[in-house]
Amino acid sequence: MIRIVTLTYGVVLMLAGAAQAGDLPPEPVTTFTLDNGMMVVVAEDHRAPVVTHMVWYRSGSADEPVGQSGVAHFLEHLLFKGTDRLEPGEFSATVAKNGGSDNAFTSYDYTAYYQRVASDRLELMMQMESDRMVNLRLGEGDIATERAVIIEERNQRVENNPSALFGEQIGATQYLNHRYGVPIIGWRHEMDALDLNDALDFYHLHYAPNNAILVVAGDVTPEAVRPLAEKYYGSIPANTDLPLRLRPAEPPQIAERRVTLRDARVAQPYVSRSYLAQERDSGAQHKAAALELLAEVLGGGTTSYLTEKLQFDTQVAVYTGAYYTGLALDSTTFDLIIVPAEGVTLAEAEAALDKVLADFLATGIDAEHLARIKMQLRASEIYARDDVGGIGNRYGRALTQGLSIADVQEWPDILQAVSEADIMAAAHEVFDLRRSVTGWLMQEGVSQ
Amino acid sequence: MMRFVLSLALCMAALPLRAEVEVQEITTPGGVQLWLVEDHSIPGVALEMRFRGGSSLDTAEKGGATNLMVGLLEEGAADLDARGFARRQEELAASFKYNVFDDALTVSAKFLSENRADSLALLRDSLIAPRFDGDAVERVRAQVVSSLKSDEKDPQEIATRAFDALAFGDHPYGRPKQGTLASVAALTRDDLLAAKAGVMARDRLYVSLVGDVTAQEATALVDVLVGDLPATGAPLPGRAEVALAKGVTVIDFDTPQSVVVFGQSGIAMDDPDFFAAFVLDHILGGGGFESRLMQEVREKRGLTYGIYTYLASKDQAELWMGSVASANDRVAEAIEVIRAEWQRIRESGVSEQELRDAKTYLTGAYPLRFDGNGPIANIMVGMQIQGMPADYITTRNPRINAVTQEDIARVAQRLVDPEGLRFVVVGRPVGLAASN
Repeated sequence: MIRIVTLTYGVVLMLAGAAQAGDLPPEPVTTFTLDNGMMVVVAEDHRAPVVTHMVWYRSGSADEPVGQSGVAHFLEHLLFKGTDRLEPGEFSATVAKNGGSDNAFTSYDYTAYYQRVASDRLELMMQMESDRMVNLRLGEGDIATERAVIIEERNQRVENNPSALFGEQIGATQYLNHRYGVPIIGWRHEMDALDLNDALDFYHLHYAPNNAILVVAGDVTPEAVRPLAEKYYGSIPANTDLPLRLRPAEPPQIAERRVTLRDARVAQPYVSRSYLAQERDSGAQHKAAALELLAEVLGGGTTSYLTEKLQFDTQVAVYTGAYYTGLALDSTTFDLIIVPAEGVTLAEAEAALDKVLADFLATGIDAEHLARIKMQLRASEIYARDDVGGIGNRYGRALTQGLSIADVQEWPDILQAVSEADIMAAAHEVFDLRRSVTGWLMQEGVSQ
Repeated sequence: MMRFVLSLALCMAALPLRAEVEVQEITTPGGVQLWLVEDHSIPGVALEMRFRGGSSLDTAEKGGATNLMVGLLEEGAADLDARGFARRQEELAASFKYNVFDDALTVSAKFLSENRADSLALLRDSLIAPRFDGDAVERVRAQVVSSLKSDEKDPQEIATRAFDALAFGDHPYGRPKQGTLASVAALTRDDLLAAKAGVMARDRLYVSLVGDVTAQEATALVDVLVGDLPATGAPLPGRAEVALAKGVTVIDFDTPQSVVVFGQSGIAMDDPDFFAAFVLDHILGGGGFESRLMQEVREKRGLTYGIYTYLASKDQAELWMGSVASANDRVAEAIEVIRAEWQRIRESGVSEQELRDAKTYLTGAYPLRFDGNGPIANIMVGMQIQGMPADYITTRNPRINAVTQEDIARVAQRLVDPEGLRFVVVGRPVGLAASN
């Protein structure tokens, strides 16, 4: 009885805190669309004279032609070579001469380029970024050297790292038909064969203003950004032949799958489990929100369910985790990991994990725990204000993965509205072994 | 065409930016050195603390004591056990991060204005009264052991450890900060208490605060936060002699890409030539894509995904370090190119254009770092522990701009040492003569 009273009191206190955090003024974000279809997002923060200028393309490795894995990322590297107006390397050199830094990144659903500079250098960045949207000039020499670079990148990120190799095998097993099963950086044998035409074909098909989003974050105003965006990006004609993003869909997944990778370089064996899961869909983010909170409840740190049961109540594991990647254009995954304690086999660890999951499905969620998680989510909105580049990033990732501005802005409230019943319903649905891959990463020559 | 004429003019223009940060330097009644920047635009505060010393205070026998102790600060304090502490932190939506390096123990905290008092009370408990409960010690020890085992199979870690051992021998810098499997297994609760008393003392503490707090409030809260820490801690280790000679150490490891750590003696931050050396390093390998090594090893030859160098100016020794990774059959060529660039910059210094570009980058990039409460707090506490005055923020760029080609040539002659440049290669390199 006393315990219940205390619990209620705690919840009330925390909700009061959450309500206060909710009084935060709206994010200083303005959006508009140019006549050619290019979307523009401006996130303001005038505390420091800095701006991050980003262009996001709605194309990534999952948009590649079959047999050319890695071409989206290869092209990302090649965009730092020359254009009609810029010598190879001159883009980054010019950013550096202006005290800025620049880079780019490729994912399954997007490719993005950014520069971080003093805010009075924004126009120069727009000149150069709009130039390479359509005026890329590549030679055979660029191709050979840069292909060697991306192969070394694959060596560094994947070939030298058994965990990364393991992740590739799990992904390839999880997706029976969809391109998310192919690594972003590409399979090595297909990377070896990438040529100039592959890169240019991808470029001409996908790089256009109506397939791009401009994000400007920092010490700028929308009034200052609009005329510059119109001048540099608005003058580029839309690509009327832009393909629809129709990827091969997954068939019903009906068979539980298992992967075992043995590698002499493995020091710490572990079990990984991934389940096919619904992503955040525009106008329908509630299930994804429940999965997001499910990952927090199960694996979000010291007080989470898996940690409690597998590291505190019993010492089966040295580490456990739960992850959900809601931002994706197509079906995503919900992942669990358990790193067994000394003397615990992978089979025992997997069995313990499944037992704890079954217990969780039977017992449900501690209301106080959920209230704490929601309080932290509210607070994270305040902390996020300290990093305007991060706010810009959030919009870029969402808008290239099928969401709208409204979806991004409604997300915090959708998360707060998730109930315990919503989370349990999502858990019952997602934890279906027929749509799962269980992976064992093991030392070579060790039997379990 | 016209547009790019304009852009050229922009490049040449002097950068008008200055970092507009108003630092209040406060010595609290309790004697704590506190730097504060007030900014009330976000209802939260970023707090950074540094204790000088870090894992270099560990003896060989007690290797990893400081690291294990730091890992336990958030695993129960005062009347809260590990889970109670974590729950309380979640209720307050506060973030505390504790870390340890060779030369410092770091605490990074952020909390909401509305929960400030309670957040600081909880943080204080973790600093003053960590419990080191037996079950928590064993749980975190198992995590450290798992991490140590992983390090034994990680080529980057293998290379770094071998390099540190070569460079520093028996000095604490020559040992892994996490300790060894044997030393960690032997650590007792008393060892953890001793490690805490050695490093977490007020005579080596620096604090910075940025955000929604006034000077009066900050002064009072810092004294409450750390006032009950011991006044003095353990003596710092003595100077380390850097003992590196030209050559290549090869450590056999069956993996497709060789990982290389290389380096030679460096330069102290208070050396009059430090700024010239800093610019020199930027041009050679510190400056990202524009550096000579990136251009020669990656852009022209495609031998790596990335190569970089940096001046590692520690409290008790100075190194000039670098790292690269290349496929086993290409790493010998990468090393050959690095050596040639080492020789070239020693003999012919840098061009006027390279120096100008380095200065515009370094001076232009500096103010861009001050773009949030967290980053500003971090920069300030770093300056404090390095013994820099607060006006360094305004004097730093003029000192970069004062570096001349002659300064660089002189420092290149003095510092760049092809005869002391050591490589440690982990992999199965082809055609590489090992001196081991």
